[in-house]
Amino acid sequence: MKPRIGVYICHCGTNVAATVDVEAVTEFAATLPGVVIARHYTYMCSEPGQALIKEDARTLGLNRVVVASCSPRMHEPTFRAASHEGGVNPYQVEMANIREQCSWVHPDRHEATDKAKALVYAAVMKAAHLEPLEEREAPVTPGALVIGGGVAGLVAALDIADAGFPVHLVERSDRLGGRVAELNRTFPDLEPVAEWLPALVDQVRRHPNITVYLNSRVTDITGFVGNFEARVGPIEAGLAPAQIQVGAIVIATGYNVFDPRLKPEFGYGIYPQVVTTLELEQRLSSGDLTVNGKTPKEVVFIKCVGSRDQQLGRPYCSRVCCMISAKQAQLVRQALPDARVTVFYMDVRTFGKRGEEFYDEARRAGVRYRRGNVSEIYRRGERVVVRVEDTLLARTVEHEADLVVLAVGMEPRPEAADIAALLKLPRSADGFLLEAHPKLRPVDTAVDGVFLAGCCQGPKDIPDTVAQAKAAAASALIPLMRGVVPMEAATAVVDPELCAGCGMCVEICPYSAPALDPLWGVSRVNAVLCKGCGACAVTCPSKAIRLQHFTPDQILAQVEALVGW
Amino acid sequence: MDIQQHAREIGLGLDLFSCIQCGKCTGGCPVSMTTVLNVRSLVYGALIGDIAGPIHEEALWDCTCCFTCVERCPKDVRPAEVIIALRSLLVEEGKVPSTIGNALMGIFRQGNPLGYAREDRIAWMDGLEVKSAQEGCETLLFTCCSSAYDIRAQAATKALVRVLQAAGVDLGHLGTEETCCGNEVRRVGEMGLFEMLVEEGKPLLEEVGVARMVTTSPHCMNTFRHEYQLGMDVLHYTQALARLLEEGRLNMTGRVEKVVTYHDPCFLGKQNGIFDEPREVLKAIPGVKFVEMDRIRDRSLCCEGGGGRMWFEGTNTEGRLAFQRVQEAADTGAEILAVACPFCMAMLDDAVKVKGLSERLRVMDIAELVAMAL
Amino acid sequence: MAQKPAALVIGAGIAGIQAALDIADAGYPVYLVEREPSVGGRMAQLDKTFPTLDCSSCILTPKMVSVGQHPNIELMTYSEVVAVEGEAGAFHVTIRRKPRYVEEDLCRGCGACAQACRMRGRVVDTFNQGLSKRSAIYVPFPQAVPLIYTVDPETCLYLTRGVCGKTFLCKDACPADAINFEQKERIVKVDVAAIIVATGFDLMDPRTKPEFGYGVYPNVITGLEFERLSSASGPTGGKVVLNGNEPQDVVFIHCVGSRDPHTGVPYCSRICCMYTAKHAHLVRDKLPNARITVFYIDMRAFGKGYEEFYDRVKEERVIYRRGEPSEVYRRGDRLVVRAEDSLLGRTVEVEADLVVLATAVVPRADTPAVAQLLGLACSPDGFFQEAHPKYRPVETARTGVFLAGCCQSPKDIPDTVAQAKAAAASALVVLHQTRSR
Ligand SMILES: Cc1cc2nc3c(=O)[nH]c(=O)nc-3n(C[C@H](O)[C@H](O)[C@H](O)COP(=O)(O)OP(=O)(O)OC[C@H]3O[C@@H](n4cnc5c(N)ncnc54)[C@H](O)[C@@H]3O)c2cc1C
Ligand SMILES: Cc1cc2nc3c(=O)[nH]c(=O)nc-3n(C[C@H](O)[C@H](O)[C@H](O)COP(=O)(O)OP(=O)(O)OC[C@H]3O[C@@H](n4cnc5c(N)ncnc54)[C@H](O)[C@@H]3O)c2cc1C
Ligand code: SF4
Ligand code: SF4
Ligand code: SF4
Ligand code: SF4
Repeated sequence: MKPRIGVYICHCGTNVAATVDVEAVTEFAATLPGVVIARHYTYMCSEPGQALIKEDARTLGLNRVVVASCSPRMHEPTFRAASHEGGVNPYQVEMANIREQCSWVHPDRHEATDKAKALVYAAVMKAAHLEPLEEREAPVTPGALVIGGGVAGLVAALDIADAGFPVHLVERSDRLGGRVAELNRTFPDLEPVAEWLPALVDQVRRHPNITVYLNSRVTDITGFVGNFEARVGPIEAGLAPAQIQVGAIVIATGYNVFDPRLKPEFGYGIYPQVVTTLELEQRLSSGDLTVNGKTPKEVVFIKCVGSRDQQLGRPYCSRVCCMISAKQAQLVRQALPDARVTVFYMDVRTFGKRGEEFYDEARRAGVRYRRGNVSEIYRRGERVVVRVEDTLLARTVEHEADLVVLAVGMEPRPEAADIAALLKLPRSADGFLLEAHPKLRPVDTAVDGVFLAGCCQGPKDIPDTVAQAKAAAASALIPLMRGVVPMEAATAVVDPELCAGCGMCVEICPYSAPALDPLWGVSRVNAVLCKGCGACAVTCPSKAIRLQHFTPDQILAQVEALVGW
Repeated sequence: MDIQQHAREIGLGLDLFSCIQCGKCTGGCPVSMTTVLNVRSLVYGALIGDIAGPIHEEALWDCTCCFTCVERCPKDVRPAEVIIALRSLLVEEGKVPSTIGNALMGIFRQGNPLGYAREDRIAWMDGLEVKSAQEGCETLLFTCCSSAYDIRAQAATKALVRVLQAAGVDLGHLGTEETCCGNEVRRVGEMGLFEMLVEEGKPLLEEVGVARMVTTSPHCMNTFRHEYQLGMDVLHYTQALARLLEEGRLNMTGRVEKVVTYHDPCFLGKQNGIFDEPREVLKAIPGVKFVEMDRIRDRSLCCEGGGGRMWFEGTNTEGRLAFQRVQEAADTGAEILAVACPFCMAMLDDAVKVKGLSERLRVMDIAELVAMAL
Repeated sequence: MAQKPAALVIGAGIAGIQAALDIADAGYPVYLVEREPSVGGRMAQLDKTFPTLDCSSCILTPKMVSVGQHPNIELMTYSEVVAVEGEAGAFHVTIRRKPRYVEEDLCRGCGACAQACRMRGRVVDTFNQGLSKRSAIYVPFPQAVPLIYTVDPETCLYLTRGVCGKTFLCKDACPADAINFEQKERIVKVDVAAIIVATGFDLMDPRTKPEFGYGVYPNVITGLEFERLSSASGPTGGKVVLNGNEPQDVVFIHCVGSRDPHTGVPYCSRICCMYTAKHAHLVRDKLPNARITVFYIDMRAFGKGYEEFYDRVKEERVIYRRGEPSEVYRRGDRLVVRAEDSLLGRTVEVEADLVVLATAVVPRADTPAVAQLLGLACSPDGFFQEAHPKYRPVETARTGVFLAGCCQSPKDIPDTVAQAKAAAASALVVLHQTRSR
């Protein structure tokens, strides 16, 4: 079909128009081959802006649309949808980024306008070669896999199961509850864990839609959103592995606590007086706070152990230990009314709902807060000395103590690395699993259909863990409830005539989409798995693979336009 | 004063902006309990461009440059560098304690802080045969000025040469051309003199053309490793001994039936992470019963001999850290407090005498103990 | 909308938008009710967002457009919920749709009316936090969804006085004949199975803390005013200028009103440490030579990547001084911020040309009314009360009603979005159960 192209130049308010002469670009665009109409408008993404495209497409019979505006990451879906409504195939829409790649980075109006013209020219040239593609849908296996049975995993499993889908909950250890099961009472209400966690675990165990696999781990995952297949292997040998099919996966593998031996100045592991907050939880539960058989008179908490520390490569704040210290300091005050309790801190980060109030209560209960990052601990008689500058006194003090509690930070579980590797999930600089977008997609991942819940994504307390777990459940429920998932249309296709069967595409593909046909010995790309990244197309030595929507003639038309500019 | 005006530039120059004023530096600073020096406050003063409150000029010389503050800062700030920068301003203005001034003068004139004649630098070799490095050798021995001139330290130097030669090391020495390494010169802020020492010393060392240098002092090792950019392997002698042990070249046939403890020098341990080799050597000496003190390795207590403190008594003349240290050593039941640095030797040996512990405790260099077991 | 049970979402800030999208994407119908003429909430007012410094409207607009177009979402802007009866699975909701005096299906959003309005340049622009003036017929901001003009009944001459000159300038200017002063409010009744409350937050009026001189000195501003000042689409086009001058010394003050039982805000507002760090970065970016000082009590950089962001901002030569300032006063043509620097143990005076107050996040003024309407409880801090602080953070005492975003307690965008999705999950469970009954 002969190209009939509509070109739309967006002002983006003043974002583009202040630097780029949009009228000049529009006039120029109107002269390009195949262009039937060229317009400019304040906000193309606004409803009236989109209406322009729809109208023109219908009345002028457009079959290609070029929008020159922001990055396609912003609004490509918007303009594809608008063009589609006007009868244009969504894959015959091309965008020229004249904001991020032009007006925002080039201050000179003349140069910016010239570049905008070049970008529009290239986009029009490419658009002429665009072929219509069809978006298809794949059915979804109703069911979810939840990996990790801590609070995050429990809550996510319950929501998905309550919405009517079977859930497979896989837990490495021999019990559900995760770290919380090791705790005594929880902030900010000092509620005993025993009063709520067992009920939650019970709810999961009795749920008709949930199958729990204890002492198990996921050894293999294949497939894609809507249709994953996982192998669950018992950790003890002898038992048969289970093969399960699910439509979505929630990862809830939690965290580890920092090993304070990596901060040798605190003498952890050397002095029995020095314990971690996790160990103190157990002592609080057993009610035995004695050290060397004696009841402590001086108790010191040290914050940020293994957190906020660039030298250790752990620059992040662990988010919960300020509250944990405030909680434990209060509990110690209750258990040992005669003991003096001092917390050494750098900043008190009690930010959550009722957090600051909780900190106020701790101080009112007689917990002393002193500002200073403890520098070292050594022995003096039966006690240890905590050496620290009180930065508000500007004086170094030696604070003798019978019990020192290290508020150890959170870090990624090494076991989570296996899962990340199985699914090819990226991790952030701090080692935790990486969300798709830190603000707007905090539980999605780079892999469609795989979601994050709880501390595997970063440190958080129980309320935030629960919220995030439920959020992951919501994301998982979307494909499950819909019953279908859209499939990428811009996929790679193999020309069996040219394929030599070398298998290089099979090796390079990060999504395991191509496979060699056992009968014919040539490669075939599974369109459902293909994400259209194009790695195979450039690797193929026989030039047998074509990436639709990015074909050589399309790209070359664009390149030639720019080279000739 | 000038310092006030320069504070801001120091703040900018040293990139102190990462500091969160947590106090980890001052809390660990060994002299912060006994003097008014507060390095965290100084960082703050430099940061906000107002150092009037925190500064106490004389106390600036109290810093031992142990770099505990640098090692422990969670935000990778180098707090002690502020002190060094402030010291340089004082040096420029000539406001240097006279004893430090004398030491600098000695280095400038005679190549050593004690101000002894350059010709006497090899007097300690009396009775030994040490090759001239210029004639070619496998390993260059670099003697610290103290190791060369100080009587007590000389004994250790001799012992070391005997041990190395017994292990078959082809040893050479620079002779009277050997000059102060300048580690302390840089740390007292005399940047001009330090640069001069590097400019003259570096070609001298490189001309010898050896692949490996062994130093008697961790201080020399430190500056050669980090501030000279030499094209050779610089080892502290305890590392060399540990290697010889491993290669089976160091045979000890004698016995030293003693209870021994060990003091980590800041420039060897905290600053360069060398904790294990000295202990390996001590434990390998037949007969030695090795015991540890409480404050060891990363938590070792500074002897207060670094950063120019060899030449400056400090603003607090009573509460010397070395006094605490020898007491701690004695409390372990050790008969010998082993050291691996001529400054530690001087500070601790003196403290043993002052504290009246001479009957119970002897300070000895590791090389001396090994030599006893040869 | 069809036979499937529907959900109601009240408030279309990022929390309401996200919750509505999740439910709609899962295939259930949603009524999204927003009081203002446009969706977007506070996030639409922000410039960049910490810690990644994404442009706020750039990441928000696609979502706004989606709720405007989603086949499963019925968007009701400029509307309020006035009654809720029934119970989970079968709520009967009454919604008042206020008259815009502009026909929604005719208006093209061209703005000819606002250009023509007699009140042009005379009405305080609340979207810009009063830093600019607009007309009496307006859209809050250019990317508004829906892009439909609204006549402001408080300032329109016709609506307040019954007459606007000889002829309506706006009506005459409108090429689509969309303006209709005869429009009346409409009452709409809908049945829903689940309700999500996402009404967001307000900011404390800093005049509550008179010592900071807000309202007295024009160069004492709030954090939200700074956002508009810094925004490229704001009244200064993104230039940090006050009364025509670029400030040399900028002082930020944390915890204004927060952590202060005397102002009735004993809690921490949770976002201001980080947005102040962001503001400091933006000032450094725009004014490379400015001296920037931040006064703080505790620096609460707790989220993913936040401490790292704080580290980065400090390295950009931003000086953090510990101490909550006690007073701001005038000296010549500058301001003086007086504080004890608790690390110096000394009171200091820091001169400034611009003082930015990180004012407390407080519940929306109508929270008690909304609580009553829905039968919800409020916690002592005045925000809506969740069913259980730990394991039921989005449920409420009333089955089928859920909370999302800052109406439950202050939170930043990532936590708001997570909680909004959490509320969506809870609502989806109710919708599923209602459907399969
Ligand atoms: C000392 C201390 C005190 C605390 N006190 C409080 C408090 O008072 N209030 C509060 O709100 N928060 C508190 N917390 C925080 C709380 O522990 C966390 O918020 C919560 O545990 C996070 O839950 P999670 O499910 O994400 O992770 P986790 O509890 O770590 O659970 C993860 C689960 O996944 C399993 N798992 C891991 N890898 C795999 C794998 N590959 N396959 C299968 N299973 C796997 C683990 O065995 C574990 O059961 C405290 C934390 C500590 C350290
Ligand atoms: C100065 C400042 C800077 C900030 N910077 C950042 C940042 O950089 N990064 C970050 O993560 N966060 C930042 N935040 C926080 C961010 O603004 C909030 O997290 C977010 O806006 C919360 O969204 P929300 O939907 O809960 O509330 P809101 O944005 O307040 O939205 C609530 C919506 O509900 C509507 N509404 C209210 N009551 C009713 C009713 N009764 N009926 C119908 N509709 C109603 C309102 O009109 C509004 O549209 C900043 C906040 C401030 C104040
Ligand atoms: S939560 Fe508090 S104790 Fe934990 S790392 Fe952050 S600031 Fe330090
Ligand atoms: S340890 Fe580092 S961050 Fe802490 S006060 Fe000292 S210099 Fe600053
Ligand atoms: S180098 Fe040592 S003595 Fe000097 S300030 Fe740092 S910790 Fe103190
Ligand atoms: S977030 Fe920071 S500035 Fe805001 S109230 Fe809490 S501590 Fe104060």
